[in-house]
Amino acid sequence: MDYVAPTTVEDAVGALASSPDSRVFAGATDLIPQIRSGRPEPGLLVDLKRIDRLTAVTENDASWTIGAATPTSRLTEDPAFSGQFPGLSEAAGLIGSDQIQNRSSLGGNLCNASPAADSVPAMLVNDTRAVIATADGTRTIPVGDVTTGPGSTSLSTGEFIVEFEVDKPPADTGDAYIRMIPRTEMDIAVVGAGARITLDADGNCAEARVALGAVAPTARRVADAEAALTGQPINDDTLAAVAAAASDACDPIDDKRGTIAYRKQVAGVLAKRAVRLAADRAAGITTANGAH
Amino acid sequence: MSRTHVSCNINGDDVDFLSESGGSLLNALRDDVGLMGVKEGCGTGDCGACSVLMDDRVTCACLIFAPEAEGRSIVTIEGLAGADELHPLQQCFLEGAALQCGVCTPGFLMAAKALLDNNPNPTETEVRYALAGNLCRCTGYDKIIRSVLDAAEGMRQNGAQA
Repeated sequence: MDYVAPTTVEDAVGALASSPDSRVFAGATDLIPQIRSGRPEPGLLVDLKRIDRLTAVTENDASWTIGAATPTSRLTEDPAFSGQFPGLSEAAGLIGSDQIQNRSSLGGNLCNASPAADSVPAMLVNDTRAVIATADGTRTIPVGDVTTGPGSTSLSTGEFIVEFEVDKPPADTGDAYIRMIPRTEMDIAVVGAGARITLDADGNCAEARVALGAVAPTARRVADAEAALTGQPINDDTLAAVAAAASDACDPIDDKRGTIAYRKQVAGVLAKRAVRLAADRAAGITTANGAH
Repeated sequence: MSRTHVSCNINGDDVDFLSESGGSLLNALRDDVGLMGVKEGCGTGDCGACSVLMDDRVTCACLIFAPEAEGRSIVTIEGLAGADELHPLQQCFLEGAALQCGVCTPGFLMAAKALLDNNPNPTETEVRYALAGNLCRCTGYDKIIRSVLDAAEGMRQNGAQA
């Protein structure tokens, strides 16, 4: 394997075009274990971390721009970002140990395309956009359009994610992400659930976004759960509807981490809890996320 | 396999070495630089035995391609002790019997140093989370956790730098 570390997006695009089996990487926390487990070695490794834009975190007037190769520890340690997006920050902070956190990135977590990637449901409920470098410049697509199945993305050969854009939440809004793992730390989600809730002046739900991870080939929004909340109070009845919709939205696998029936059941429970936590945050009630 | 020239700072010394382009920093530190304190446990980032500091951040050397070290500052277990005395973490691990076979110990010490650099007064829970990326299969974790807490307390009393 050869290695290059370009310093501009254009040079990285050029490096990718120069070799048919080139591969971009950020933290390499998925790439190196995959190579060691027998996946084919790329001929050219393109390290994106020396490109300033790929590791910049910028607070704009109405949005944030997050370099796709930024270590997730940078996000979790940023009080302004974590204050505005506690759910997204906590989701990013669940990816592995401190050693991994100093290398893992949102771009890598998304493009590795594990259905269980923790940051993805949290990015989905925040309507995050991915800015993708192409041979002709950049194009911007919703994060939900990036992954197409386990290990596969919609990106063409030679493309990579430069940065993410996420609008600041409106007033009276909170987000949350919680996951189920069989132990306290260092595991892959059996189920993950993200939510973002905006409350109206009466304390009812003005807008709801709910997303699930690890229960389908890709993370997905749950439209029926969102519809059950919109314009409604957040109470036992509407939360029961959220849970039912979340369980119905699952298309999970049976594996050593959980059966299909178990994942469906837990998805309903976690969706409900994520909505409750997001709504509490929207109301200004500070609650610790028990999942971390 | 192509080889790449890498210049970096390791344990305070400017170091140049030639490394396999696709090889790990772990292998480069052991085989090209001769720092055998960096241990390989799993080679996939799960066990933390190869933990080093890169630009003051704890990372697994097995998950870093060697050329990524270009221009970076690396600290390994060999850089932890002072000229004449052990680092307080090392001393407390000895006194607290926080090791048996010792393979995991360099990684635990580097992860603990990274914690105390940023948080000189951690709770037990904070220590446990900070060391969650390090596995020990001999001693068990309680002696390790207690030793880190003892070192933190001693360093606070002495006003020592981590």
